[in-house]
Amino acid sequence: MNLNLTLIGQAIAFAVFVWFCMKYVWPPVMQALQERQKKIADGLDAASRATRDLELAQEKAEETLRESKEQAQQILEQANKRANQIVEEARDNARAEGERIIESARSEIDQEINRAKEELRAQVSLLAVAGAERILESSIDEAKHRELVDKLAAEL
Amino acid sequence: MAGNNMTSTEYIQHHLQNMTYGLHPENGWSMAHSAAEAKAMGFWAIHVDTMLWSIGLGVLFLYLFRLVAKRASTGVPTGLQNFVEMMVEFVDSSVRETFHGKSRLIAPLSLTIFCWIFLMNIMDLVPVDFLPMLAQKIGAWFGADPAHVYFKVVPTTDVNATLGMSLSVFALIIFYSIRAKGLSGFVAELTLHPFSTSNIFAQILLIPVNLLLELVTLLAKPISLALRLFGNLYAGELIFILIAMVGLWQLPLHFPWAVFHILIITLQAFIFMMLTIVYLSMATEEQH
Repeated sequence: MNLNLTLIGQAIAFAVFVWFCMKYVWPPVMQALQERQKKIADGLDAASRATRDLELAQEKAEETLRESKEQAQQILEQANKRANQIVEEARDNARAEGERIIESARSEIDQEINRAKEELRAQVSLLAVAGAERILESSIDEAKHRELVDKLAAEL
Repeated sequence: MAGNNMTSTEYIQHHLQNMTYGLHPENGWSMAHSAAEAKAMGFWAIHVDTMLWSIGLGVLFLYLFRLVAKRASTGVPTGLQNFVEMMVEFVDSSVRETFHGKSRLIAPLSLTIFCWIFLMNIMDLVPVDFLPMLAQKIGAWFGADPAHVYFKVVPTTDVNATLGMSLSVFALIIFYSIRAKGLSGFVAELTLHPFSTSNIFAQILLIPVNLLLELVTLLAKPISLALRLFGNLYAGELIFILIAMVGLWQLPLHFPWAVFHILIITLQAFIFMMLTIVYLSMATEEQH
């Protein structure tokens, strides 16, 4: 064990190494480590935020889906109702139209009947007079008897 | 075995002798050709092998780490960056757990200590004859007598290397103590503990006793730090040398001891680092 200059040489070498390490090795490595730490922390943060966002979005999507289903149901119901209504209306209309047509036909028929009756009435009186003339063959006071026959025809 | 004409004692001594360059009283500045010559040089000598290996390994460590530090990315780390970051995080967490003050020096200091000592220790695992024989061949090529080319590969088996580090740490302990508590606080810490009374005269009488105790405590720190590392590695190296002498049987013996030594070299590097952190945190915190 002989102590000599090596001791001092080693101390100096040690000091230089420590200085170099402190100046040029430690800070950049440490900085890189810290930056990576921050990056990872940020990444984890972002991931958890994204998960939360995803959950929210899913919830929202579900809600929207439910709402739209409800809406569709409503629309469907409305449409059904409306369709029923239309069918009902159409039926009513058709019935009214039919009745109206029947009514007008009936009144036309009545008119026809009336007119035929009138004609018949007119003819009947003529026929009756002509018949009577034929039967009687004698002179009859036409004016006097016409009045009589007209009275008769009016009673028909 | 290096040189079959050596006795085993010579072989061991040859392996435990550093390559020394120094001021010999008769030869002037020269390489030492024997242990006796190296001893005669006294303080004005330098262990070339220790210096070369330790500085070489320190530069290797700093080169590797600097390489990574320069292109450290915040993305996914790969290969060497992974390793470097692992080391840095390991040291950083050790420092954070133990040292509660704020210091820009402590963590890089600890990293340097751990990696440098680990690298120097790991030279222990290179079979004991490889590099010395290589050095002898090179020495012979340069015209030196191969038997007088000494080459010790593991710097931490040189007490100068460990003491050089621990004394630097010791200087830091004192510096941090004075910075944290002031010169008076530091002196008070040395003189007014562990025995203290409220009586002022008794206190004055107790000062020398306290000073003695505290100085022993203080000085024990660097010395134990240096000798623990040195002792462990020196003993380990010695056993490697002994194993190398048993001939063919060294293979089954060498392997388990080398495996066991992996634990020791890591542990010793870790202990040196941890104790440095502990001492420095003790120096900055109020102890009593």
